[in-house]
Amino acid sequence: MNPISFGTQMIRIAVPYLFAASGGVVAERAGIVSLTLEGFMLSGAFAAVLGTNYSGSPWVGVLCGILGGLIFSLIHAVATIRYRADQVVVGVAINLLAIGVTRFFLKLFFASSSNSPRVAGFGGNINAAGFDNPLLWLGLIVAPVMAFVIYKTPFGLRVRAVGEHPDAAESVGVSVKRVRYAAVALSGMLAALGGVYLALDQHQFTDQMTAGRGFIAISAVIFGRWDPIRAALACLLFAAAETLQIQLQGSHAIPSQFIEMIPYALVIIALAGVVGRAVPPAALGKVEA
Amino acid sequence: MREEGRGKGEEGEPGNQTVRALSVPPFPLPSSPVPAIRMDGIDKSFGAIRANRGASLEVLPGEIHALVGENGAGKSTLMRILGGLMKPDAGHVEVNGRDVTGWSTSEAIAAGIGIVHQHFMLVPTLSVAENLVLGAEPKSRGIVLDYKRAADDVRTLSNETGLVIAPERLISDLSVGEAQRVEILKVLFRGARILVLDEPTAVLSPPEVRELWTVLRRLRDKGDTIVLITHRLDEVVEISSTISVMRAGQTVARVKTSETTPGEIARLMVGREVSLSAGKRVQPSGRSAAPPPDQGLEVLNLSVMGSRGTRVIDNISFSVKPGEIFGIAGVEGNGQTELIEALAGLRAIFAGEILIDGTDISRSSVAQRHDAGLSHIPEDRHRRGLILEYTVANNLILGVQKDFSKRGIIDKTLVMENALREITSFDIRPPNALLAARALSGGNQQKVVVAREMGRTFSVLLASQPTRGVDVGAIEFIHQQLLEARAEGKAILLVSAELNEVLALSDRVAVMYRGKFAVVMPSSEASEEVLGEYMIGTKKGNAA
Amino acid sequence: MSAPSLAEGTKPTFAAAPWRERAQEALIPPLVALLVALICGDLLILSYGQSPAAVYRLLLEGTWGNAYGFGQVLYKATTLAFTGLAVSFGLRAGLFNIGGESQLAAGGFAAALIGLVLPVGTPLILALLICMIAAGFAGGVVGSVPAYLKTRFGAHEVIVTIMLNFIVLALLNWFIAGHLHVPETLHTPEIHAGVLPRLADIDSRFHGSAANLALIVAVLIASAVWFYLFRTRGGYDLRAVGLQPQAAEYGGISVGRVWMRALTFSGVIAGMGGINYVLGYKHYYEDGFASGAGFLGIAVALVGRNHPFGVIIAAFFFATLSQGGLAIHAFVPKQMMDVLQGVVIIAVATAVPEVRRILRDARKRSDA
Repeated sequence: MNPISFGTQMIRIAVPYLFAASGGVVAERAGIVSLTLEGFMLSGAFAAVLGTNYSGSPWVGVLCGILGGLIFSLIHAVATIRYRADQVVVGVAINLLAIGVTRFFLKLFFASSSNSPRVAGFGGNINAAGFDNPLLWLGLIVAPVMAFVIYKTPFGLRVRAVGEHPDAAESVGVSVKRVRYAAVALSGMLAALGGVYLALDQHQFTDQMTAGRGFIAISAVIFGRWDPIRAALACLLFAAAETLQIQLQGSHAIPSQFIEMIPYALVIIALAGVVGRAVPPAALGKVEA
Repeated sequence: MREEGRGKGEEGEPGNQTVRALSVPPFPLPSSPVPAIRMDGIDKSFGAIRANRGASLEVLPGEIHALVGENGAGKSTLMRILGGLMKPDAGHVEVNGRDVTGWSTSEAIAAGIGIVHQHFMLVPTLSVAENLVLGAEPKSRGIVLDYKRAADDVRTLSNETGLVIAPERLISDLSVGEAQRVEILKVLFRGARILVLDEPTAVLSPPEVRELWTVLRRLRDKGDTIVLITHRLDEVVEISSTISVMRAGQTVARVKTSETTPGEIARLMVGREVSLSAGKRVQPSGRSAAPPPDQGLEVLNLSVMGSRGTRVIDNISFSVKPGEIFGIAGVEGNGQTELIEALAGLRAIFAGEILIDGTDISRSSVAQRHDAGLSHIPEDRHRRGLILEYTVANNLILGVQKDFSKRGIIDKTLVMENALREITSFDIRPPNALLAARALSGGNQQKVVVAREMGRTFSVLLASQPTRGVDVGAIEFIHQQLLEARAEGKAILLVSAELNEVLALSDRVAVMYRGKFAVVMPSSEASEEVLGEYMIGTKKGNAA
Repeated sequence: MSAPSLAEGTKPTFAAAPWRERAQEALIPPLVALLVALICGDLLILSYGQSPAAVYRLLLEGTWGNAYGFGQVLYKATTLAFTGLAVSFGLRAGLFNIGGESQLAAGGFAAALIGLVLPVGTPLILALLICMIAAGFAGGVVGSVPAYLKTRFGAHEVIVTIMLNFIVLALLNWFIAGHLHVPETLHTPEIHAGVLPRLADIDSRFHGSAANLALIVAVLIASAVWFYLFRTRGGYDLRAVGLQPQAAEYGGISVGRVWMRALTFSGVIAGMGGINYVLGYKHYYEDGFASGAGFLGIAVALVGRNHPFGVIIAAFFFATLSQGGLAIHAFVPKQMMDVLQGVVIIAVATAVPEVRRILRDARKRSDA
């Protein structure tokens, strides 16, 4: 196995996870359950292709993709923060809604039930192995940037406070709702970028193209114990397992299904406290009366 | 009442007159300076509960003002209104002469109000400095949180006030006393000049309390105004210069500390004269034939750990015999709740033994303890005692479901017959077995609990705050039930924050103070004054 | 115990809470949600340049308007009833089972496996019984994992059930793709025994539709769940834990044991749902047959207000949406129904607490 090809492939696989997991960390640290990442990614991917298709510019596509994720995240935020609906239920619904909306629009705009036409995108230079895609570089720095935001800025401090002890934050005049709105919106935009990367890397949108990546990302968030850097490392770990699976294909050493299970099994092990208990933010998912 | 007469005899001081004269609100004081806080005619209701009804408060600048009252008297609500956490339904709030009625938290903070909450408002996963600057973060280069400046500011403030704490430490690593220091620093950091401390000593050790007094005096000396919410009267006397007493949502007195006594304050706090008299007592039947020695409840060397690793129950031993009511008095938070929970099987015990009729139940489940003959009226009917969405009929079988089912299927006829019987004999209103418990008034909800716990077969009854939040009629009824159970030879452990209730019903009384019994004595020898001194810790006994 | 008698003229009664209040609370949220869905549907239809009225008429004709369409609604409602009942059973104990999909798949797989192992000619009733037990057992095994992890380690059941979905589905995929499939497909061979009669076998008008007797099983299970929840001690305990765990604990109920029971049986119910596809429709297990049914089960439980019979009605509602999509596909893409499903769930989830709050406030005002 060639270590360089392994490394590049791993990074390309990891980038969508890195974006989505960063988004997941922000929302969950603010106390909002992030089962929505899959939906945010999917809507971002579709909006990016739509924007690129009509403008011809992938950069317009990126902006549209971010906007797509933002819209879905605001639906989530209004339902769960303004109306205090159950975060898990709405999260599941956001994912279903994203599948439905992208399918419907796929039909409406591209008259297809499976995929969009080929659009402009990033990269494509065979020799660059995907590293000529600016979003890939962005994906590599998103985790450190989010770590900085969460640990070194006033906004990050408020996010952490609101997710742990909302009453304490409220008692010093921090608006819990406003911080949560901002965190969910940010998570929507970040996760959407993960979808945008996927779509523009493949130069098209296909139905359900995120294929559970949002759930891998949420696994990384939990396995990384809600820390941006550790979550990013978990993303790389999961991506490495997938790369291994791809590169071992045909050798039948380990059935691919067992490698697929790794992220999920690790999360369950982490939650059961076998290797250091994963403790979520205290106010995660709680609806105040 | 018997205590009343003796109390007056012992404490016939001029202070009494002063308090009486002042005990009619409002209190137009000859206040020369503009009061720091003036609250007037404050009303605040939560659903059916009227937490404040025309409450008032006047605090002069630069004084330490104690706001005292029983649990549920409305002190915390009044302070939350002051701090902008709630808006009053009616009434006016003035701070430094400015009408600020209905302001917001941030406006209150900006105006220099700082509230130190009873339950710490600190984020455990953040550092001291982070907690202090939260909401008012110093920035450098526009967006970056300036940690260095935050830490420096914290150190400066620490040095100024004597509240020393390392800014980098995590809140979750601090002791309770240290966490409280951070709470006080936090409000000072925001420029508070009027500090409200809600039960600040409830969780502190004596040296920590002394340290707190030093700090508060220092703050007062530099001109800050302090409101201290408490129900420990020894503290009030030690630290405050003026006292306001609240009872049932109203302010019933405002008095200079130097002109009153703890006994007088206690009387004002409790207020209501209790109509039970010793003459009403039902003598236990068959007291002549002494019960076998191992009958009733026996507790040996019981210790229970609290959440912070301290002993909330510290090596307590006692027994309650059949036909006896053993009353436990004490200021709340001295371990009564934990004691009852440990006896009922709802809290793990650290050491010791619990026996019912000679059977060791120390490690038994709740259900096994039921079977052993334990019945339990819990202190919090909304959280524990009732399933609020269940019907009255279904609530009347909670804990005894087994007796109302055959082969796992609930016998509705039995349930309904039982409901009918209990509703009738306990006069539960409205008399509708299929109404959700939530729809009942507090008194009737409590009757459901009492009916259930006393309607079943039991030999030992734990009655924890059995008349809390219950109207006068229901109180007398519940008292009557307890006395009848005693007459029937049940062993009853009564815990109540109402001193006169404990005195009127019990054969023997104990006072709990910081996880131990400060004293155990026959209630015929006890009086409110005597017990009161043990309750507030001014007198320490050596009861095991 | 002597006690005062009731005041003159009052008599204990057993009148339930005013039915209007209960009806308001039960019906208003679904109706609000339906209205929101209709409005969204109108917009989607208009965006396609069609007339909403015409499309809705078509939708009704294609579902409840003819025997085949209705048969398909019945078939789709059956699976949703199983997963919806599973979710609602867990929710009654305060637990969120998001693992319906993998439990359903495991149940279907087990039913197919037993159907393959049983010899041809096994008496139908016996074969059905064994297959159903196997399906329920498999679902129960999957459901017991989050139950155990929750009781033992406090691991949150939402995350564990989601993670387990992926693990179990991958495992089943490995079995099928690697060992049990008919070449060139991702399904097992046809079962030898335990085939459930289809409705078309009884009434030929249902010809072509997949509706089968699993529907009867679903209704029986709904009745059993109702009986358990509202007539047995176990149900009393389970609902008590779901409403107020601390009061349940005080009442001598072992919260952990109830959790264990609730999630395991939630899995059993979802697993039994596998018979609809495997024994009733295709007669083999196929990879991915359960796709999406678990998540929709949440919607069904939510709209059905966690009541077993409400769940059945809600299952019909969502089945109608799904089948209706096919009926209108010539005019508006069926994907519109995917959108509406999401909209309905969000609308109900939002409307339930909001409507309850509004109703309570209104009542308080009228009381005052």
